[in-house]
Amino acid sequence: MDLAINPFSSGTRLRDMIRAIRACKTAAEERAVVRRECAAIRAAISEGDHDYRHRNMAKLMFIHMLGYPTHFGQMECLKLIAAAGFPEKRIGYLGLMLLLDERQEVLMLVTNSLKQDLNHSNQFIVGLALCALGNICSAEMARDLSPEVERLLQSREPNTKKKAALCSIRIVRKVPDLAENFMGSAVSLLKEKHHGVLISAVQLCTELCKASKEALEYLRKNCLDGLVRILRDVSNSSYAPEYDIAGITDPFLHIRVLKLMRVLGQGDADCSEFVNDILAQVATKTESNKNAGNAILYECVETIMGIEATSGLRVLAINILGRFLSNRDNNIRYVALNMLMKAMAVDTQAVQRHRATILECVKDADVSIRKRALELVYLLVNDANAKPLTKELVDYLEVSDQDFKDDLTAKICSIVEKFSQDKLWYLDQMFKVLSLAGNYVKDDVWHALIVLISNASELQGYSVRSLYKALIACGEQESLVRVSVWCIGEYGEMLVNNVGMLDIEEPITVTESDAVDAVEVSLKRYSADVTTRAMCLVALLKLSSRFPPTSERIKEIVAQNKGNTVLEIQQRSIEFSSIIQRHQSIKSSLLERMPVIDEASYLVKRAASTQATISSDKLAAATTPGGSLKLPNGVAKQPAAPLADLLDLSSDDTPVTTSAPAAAPNDFLQDLLGIGLTDTSPAGGAPSASTDILMDLLSIGSPVQNGPPTLSNFGAPGQAGTKLAPATSQVVDLLDGLSSSSPLSDENTAYPSITAFQSATLKITFNFKKQPGKLQETTIHASFTNLTSNTFTDFIFQAAVPKFIQLRLDPASSNILPANGNDSVTQSLSVTNNQHGQKPLAMRMRISYKVNGEDRLEQGQINNFPAGL
Amino acid sequence: MIRFILLQNRQGKTRLAKYYVPLEDSEKHKVEYEVHRLVVNRDPKFTNFVEFRTHKVIYRRYAGLFFSMCVDITDNELAYLECIHLFVEILDHFFSNVCELDLVFNFHKVYLILDEFILAGELQETSKRAIIERMGELEKLE
Repeated sequence: MDLAINPFSSGTRLRDMIRAIRACKTAAEERAVVRRECAAIRAAISEGDHDYRHRNMAKLMFIHMLGYPTHFGQMECLKLIAAAGFPEKRIGYLGLMLLLDERQEVLMLVTNSLKQDLNHSNQFIVGLALCALGNICSAEMARDLSPEVERLLQSREPNTKKKAALCSIRIVRKVPDLAENFMGSAVSLLKEKHHGVLISAVQLCTELCKASKEALEYLRKNCLDGLVRILRDVSNSSYAPEYDIAGITDPFLHIRVLKLMRVLGQGDADCSEFVNDILAQVATKTESNKNAGNAILYECVETIMGIEATSGLRVLAINILGRFLSNRDNNIRYVALNMLMKAMAVDTQAVQRHRATILECVKDADVSIRKRALELVYLLVNDANAKPLTKELVDYLEVSDQDFKDDLTAKICSIVEKFSQDKLWYLDQMFKVLSLAGNYVKDDVWHALIVLISNASELQGYSVRSLYKALIACGEQESLVRVSVWCIGEYGEMLVNNVGMLDIEEPITVTESDAVDAVEVSLKRYSADVTTRAMCLVALLKLSSRFPPTSERIKEIVAQNKGNTVLEIQQRSIEFSSIIQRHQSIKSSLLERMPVIDEASYLVKRAASTQATISSDKLAAATTPGGSLKLPNGVAKQPAAPLADLLDLSSDDTPVTTSAPAAAPNDFLQDLLGIGLTDTSPAGGAPSASTDILMDLLSIGSPVQNGPPTLSNFGAPGQAGTKLAPATSQVVDLLDGLSSSSPLSDENTAYPSITAFQSATLKITFNFKKQPGKLQETTIHASFTNLTSNTFTDFIFQAAVPKFIQLRLDPASSNILPANGNDSVTQSLSVTNNQHGQKPLAMRMRISYKVNGEDRLEQGQINNFPAGL
Repeated sequence: MIRFILLQNRQGKTRLAKYYVPLEDSEKHKVEYEVHRLVVNRDPKFTNFVEFRTHKVIYRRYAGLFFSMCVDITDNELAYLECIHLFVEILDHFFSNVCELDLVFNFHKVYLILDEFILAGELQETSKRAIIERMGELEKLE
């Protein structure tokens, strides 16, 4: 080899370039050097320079690693690969893997070269091609080159065989349909002696099992003997220097074999039985004083937990975990916590025994351990230990890191909500959490708290007093401020008069002006956001009616915000001022307590909107092959709580189009209040898009719909006065001065319900509703009825429509369909037919669910939509 | 499956980055930055595992260099930790007492070693000797 063109021998310019770059003192200098080099390389490329092509490529790779763009070198890779010599090919393939990936079109150009190299007589060149293919091949390349790789699995050269086996993994990942082509060769590779070939073959088998059920069955029948033999050989082998790690022969091979055994034994009693003995041997004989040994034990325990192991074996596994948990090495404790989560499914009692240790781990200095432990504690909570565990966690909340508070708060809130047997305990815990970490409490959590307080009339006094005390002590916690201010506004008189004292309470003296002070401080707090401020304003308005003597002062405070730069606050201030000044007569009825929010239906709605995210999580998890057991995730965040609108006051940025139409099922609040909220705007356009009770009651129309007219109407007391006659339930219209409001039900045109789908197992009916003036839009209520005697779980309804129709699916009321047609699940769909009158509605649907853990799928097309939709 | 392998020094300079899943260049830089941030300040007594997005990073520090592997959440952490160590032993053997500069100037050889050790995100060879011998044969072809 000629030294002058060898890119890597000393004295050539790659080394010089690296030196030059390293010598740069500033980033600007470095950029200048790189720019110079890149320019030279570009020039060389355009001149078609052959001699330095691979040296240039090597430089480009280094430049790429520094983070500079190098796409102009992609074609050079292809040229190098097409060259005849090994050194050129080598650097070409290296560049290909670094600079390109499967998504680039350019990659397709290399398929032919790869094919030639895979058939090359030189095993090193074949190795290069296999390596590149294994690391970056796309689905098309996988299909094109799969026959070559299959052939190479039969090669005599172990280096080629192992590379071909791993390359097959990539091919099967890209195109699972090809799995069956590899089954036979994979099994025969298990008979080899070479460890590299063995470990590659074992990994290939594992991948095949994930890709195809047929392959799984085939491998269950044909490879268990081989696996047991391999595992026995390595675990009984005497000292083998080549593979020895800390006194154990090839722990990697051990682990891969154990993993494959888990995949094969999962849900298969025969296979599990077959590997029982060898697992017992590995679990008892492996040394646990070094990481390598522990890695094997860990994998072995996971396999025992994963298969249908005997109870004796499981006890053995749990004991190993117990030892791990008390280990001083943090890594070992971490994996123990990880595995105990899986053990929960197998033996809850055994895990409960380690509760104290696990709780200690929640307080560990290492965030990795804390997270694992917290997840585990969350699973461990049951009715019996909820109180002490919550106490521990809440105590820890006080001292935990800022970063960890988010997770911790979410988990505590979830535990408290799930296991609250008495309301007082729930309230106490929530108040503590709000005081300690109110900034981390999610919206749906404090919404739920308010719903609960509004329902618990005997505890409202206690709540408002506790919250007042908390607010005075820690007024920096956003959601604490919101809940407190809301309660003070609603139940101010209970605070001042000590109404509904509980035995455990100490009486406090709060004057009317103290209460107003507290709200005022919150309103003026520097860091308060718009929602909090708006809530403070509402609370002040309410207090002005509860405490008439403070009315003047409140008027002033409210008036101070008339010039606020935030539109929402400004508007509220102006409107509230005029309520206080000019509408004394209706003020008291207007500012009555909020009607009690129906707790049950709130929880249902909340669960429904949470469930949408959970089921999508499940979907995602289900598509991950071999995903292990799914843990109940109690803190799934919901994208938008249905009640968010109730308290979220910044409604002026809600786009009308995305909000639910007034008839949407989630505004049960409407029914509850019995108010016709369809305050059609003066323009005669859309029905009210918002479900925002507070807004409708107090903010008098959102700016989007009828901003300017509101104020002008408001300024005309005569007009408002004439409206005083209707019942107080029509407050909205009253203040809006809008005349064109009529009850919702009158505006619905009836369409007959249809049976959209019926099979032996399942029936789906559709009810239709249309908004007046919106001929294109239809709201469909789908009800699902299970006709069998088995419960359907993980029920998912999916629908598809032609392009001229738009479809929006709301979350279903449940993903579990009980047997025998009881309690059918409902789901609503909003459909917009853009070619209304020209084309009828059409829809295809797909329903998937599980019966006794087995997946079922039904599909259908709906052609019997009523005319006129 | 290994999703990517990173070698970074304490300042966060990437000395080797091998991706087994396709990522945009900008995303790669973000990943490298985030992984560095995650591992660099961890106490040596802490676990060698950190959760990273929906995966986890198994890392180990050797002098001023961090070796990080991003693997699936269900993978065996201890095994990958051992895997990192084996890789370092191979490098150490190959460069006889490896230091950061060896890796900088011979980055292409490091990639070559890695390609003999791991392929398609899976382990290819567990014998240090086999890899060193193979490297010897490849060097002869240069």
